[in-house]
Amino acid sequence: MTLPPHVVANPRLGTWLHVADGVLHVQVGKVELGQGILTALQQLAADALGVPVGDVRMVAAHTTHGPDQGVTAGSLSVLQSGPALRHLGGVVRALAGPVDEGYVARVAALDPATDLTAVTPAPPLPARAVGCDVPRADLPDKVLGRPRYLTDLRPDGLLHGRVLRPPRPGARLASVSDWVPGLVRDGSFVGVVADREADADRALESLRRACTWEGGSALPDEDHLPDWLRAGEHEVVEVLDEGAGAPTHAASYSKPFLVHASIAPSAGMARWDDAAAGPLLRVWSHSQAVHALRDALATTLGLTAEQVEVQHVEHAGCYGHNAADDAALDAALLARAHPGRPVLVRWSRGDELTWAPLSPAMTATLGATVEGGRITSWSHETWSLGHSARPGYRGAPGLLAGAHLADPVPLPPSTDPPAAAGHGSMRNGVPTYDVGTRRVVGRRKVDSPLRTSAMRALGAYLNVFAIESFLDELALEAGADPLDFRLAHLADERARHVLREAARLGGWGEALPEGHGRGLGFARYKDRGAYCAVVAQVEAEADVRVRRLTVVADVGLAVAPEGARNQLEGGAVQATSWTVRERVRFDRTRITSDDWESYPILRFAETPEVAAHLVGTDAPSVGAGEAAQGPTAAAIANAVHDALGVRVRDLPLDAAAVVRAIEST
Amino acid sequence: MTELQVNGETVAVDADGETPLLTVLRDELGLVGSRFGCGQGLCGACVVRLGDAVVPACDTPLWQAEGQPVTTVEGLARDGVPHPVQQALINSQAAQCGYCVSGIVVAAAALLEREPDADADRVAEALDRHLCRCGAQRRIVAAVLAARGSA
Ligand code: FES
Ligand code: FES
Repeated sequence: MTLPPHVVANPRLGTWLHVADGVLHVQVGKVELGQGILTALQQLAADALGVPVGDVRMVAAHTTHGPDQGVTAGSLSVLQSGPALRHLGGVVRALAGPVDEGYVARVAALDPATDLTAVTPAPPLPARAVGCDVPRADLPDKVLGRPRYLTDLRPDGLLHGRVLRPPRPGARLASVSDWVPGLVRDGSFVGVVADREADADRALESLRRACTWEGGSALPDEDHLPDWLRAGEHEVVEVLDEGAGAPTHAASYSKPFLVHASIAPSAGMARWDDAAAGPLLRVWSHSQAVHALRDALATTLGLTAEQVEVQHVEHAGCYGHNAADDAALDAALLARAHPGRPVLVRWSRGDELTWAPLSPAMTATLGATVEGGRITSWSHETWSLGHSARPGYRGAPGLLAGAHLADPVPLPPSTDPPAAAGHGSMRNGVPTYDVGTRRVVGRRKVDSPLRTSAMRALGAYLNVFAIESFLDELALEAGADPLDFRLAHLADERARHVLREAARLGGWGEALPEGHGRGLGFARYKDRGAYCAVVAQVEAEADVRVRRLTVVADVGLAVAPEGARNQLEGGAVQATSWTVRERVRFDRTRITSDDWESYPILRFAETPEVAAHLVGTDAPSVGAGEAAQGPTAAAIANAVHDALGVRVRDLPLDAAAVVRAIEST
Repeated sequence: MTELQVNGETVAVDADGETPLLTVLRDELGLVGSRFGCGQGLCGACVVRLGDAVVPACDTPLWQAEGQPVTTVEGLARDGVPHPVQQALINSQAAQCGYCVSGIVVAAAALLEREPDADADRVAEALDRHLCRCGAQRRIVAAVLAARGSA
């Protein structure tokens, strides 16, 4: 029997399952980020345990009580948890006997210390919940306005905390007058606490006036990011070197810095208790990785991992490594100054948009040799900043306030996940198409005054945008239809199928009104995840309006089909916002896009109609949340070209970009 | 002391008149259903009904709310039955993280009261000051339309 890795790492039965009030409580290490994952895992767990979905309750991740399943990211949750839950259910049924009236009571009597790796699981049962649409367990609370999010916690003795960030990256606190109520200071980290939230907000304003700062890092010129990315020192990420011929065509593409822009600013709650045996720190966080956060907090605060406990609490949508972990350290630092009382820290909107890790600016140059209508060689070179600075990623805690402490714990330079994890800057750098000999290389700029980390799809967003735009350019050059051109270079049947379906459902080739255009984009996420093709229909005149998106994906067996469609739709709409609206703005000293007016995102009236379709297969389940971003960006750019005859290669694809493109033709 | 009428109940609040209504609701009255998103009146996460108007509670000082009925997301249900807009959102999974939803259902319920036949464009227009980062806008509009007959 091959054991699922997450069972090997967490072999104790009681880590995954306990029974309370006659209900099977299943605890996983994956966390609900608004993507509905706990409902999908509830379906998997119910089938594995042989009970109806309603008999299973999912418990939030916890460093002491639950399994360590690493980070909830990369569209891997079902892929990693499915086998573990199936194994768990098989072992439970093997030990507790048939699923009859006494079953739950017998499960309750199982020894929590049971070693899951030492028992041969009972054979799997036929799927009952998997593949069906089960109501999302978390939505009623959220829609009815019940307490559910981290900032809704109101434990006894609660203090509200606020932190004042430096006025610009790299600045140090020169002085602070001590008349600020509730002041907590450690080096350049300053914050306030108060019993009432209104008082905490007022104290923060006093604090702002009471502080003077010095120094700061110089930021790059926001209008010349591709040049800046190509300059300086780089780490080389070799992907493929089969040699590439002299290109007959070449083009460069770019994206600006983007920000997560979750609708809630990040938050954290912490309680510090001093005891004879030493301090105990308890933290409530919307982190994507509670175990890594625990270790990062322990290192930063000079505690052992056993002295820190982190529990996951849901918060607003999370699209990657945002400020959740940073806010947890903020809360811990304020709580340390007020032992015995829980402190709830909430960031401001401005700090969320300027101090959370950014999605890096990127640029790529593609080259191809085309002979007789066929691509015979291909080159792809990407310049980027690192796409991961997650806590613990380079053995450093990587928490924002750590760098501001009197005894600083610096932030490590951002890096990239390894090839085995699907790359970062070079994610989806290799086209799925048959393009002859290939040369694919990444160059990761080492130094950056702006902190960057993982946001949905990582480098795949720019790489797919570039590849799929370039393919359209080559197709048009060759006088071929972009769909036919792609199919002529594509052997993978699943890929061909999603492309053809998207074309059919998206009205490919049908007539459009004047000023409208249609475009296509495709990728297989991470080369091993979901296949996704998008047809975009745009209206482009003075401005670019995306009217309709048709998304077709093959995610293997969809555990929760409606949830998968929801993720694809949301991913496509968010990517539309990135593509046509978004750009982090800064001057040479600080980020200036610090509210919803200076960092506009797509609004209701601008949101395209979007229809997501799953093409059914029984291949292993893969995630849907990151499949549509790159294809959507390319489909929009290709549609704008179809409408206006101009090619926009530098994002965002807004009115100004269209004007520039028209002027340069 | 300021007297407020919140969801049909009269409550006394001991807070500075300039305190944002949202802070009063969440921190003084424990009504955490109205969410904090920006504190600048720009995202709609905190929207409540104030008299006949739909306003961001973060941008409404306490003194302004005095003497007018306040309805928050918690006050939309009738006899424990969710408002039709809420039910439609749940039925059609018209949300991902749901953080934007409280303000949206308050605004959508007010819209349907004024314009029971609002079409998709009207709904999108009425919700245009609400931001949704998860990209659930179209599902939300469809759910509001589905709630029309029963709202
Ligand atoms: S929190 Fe009130 S509008 Fe954003
Ligand atoms: S559902 Fe997450 S912000 Fe709207």
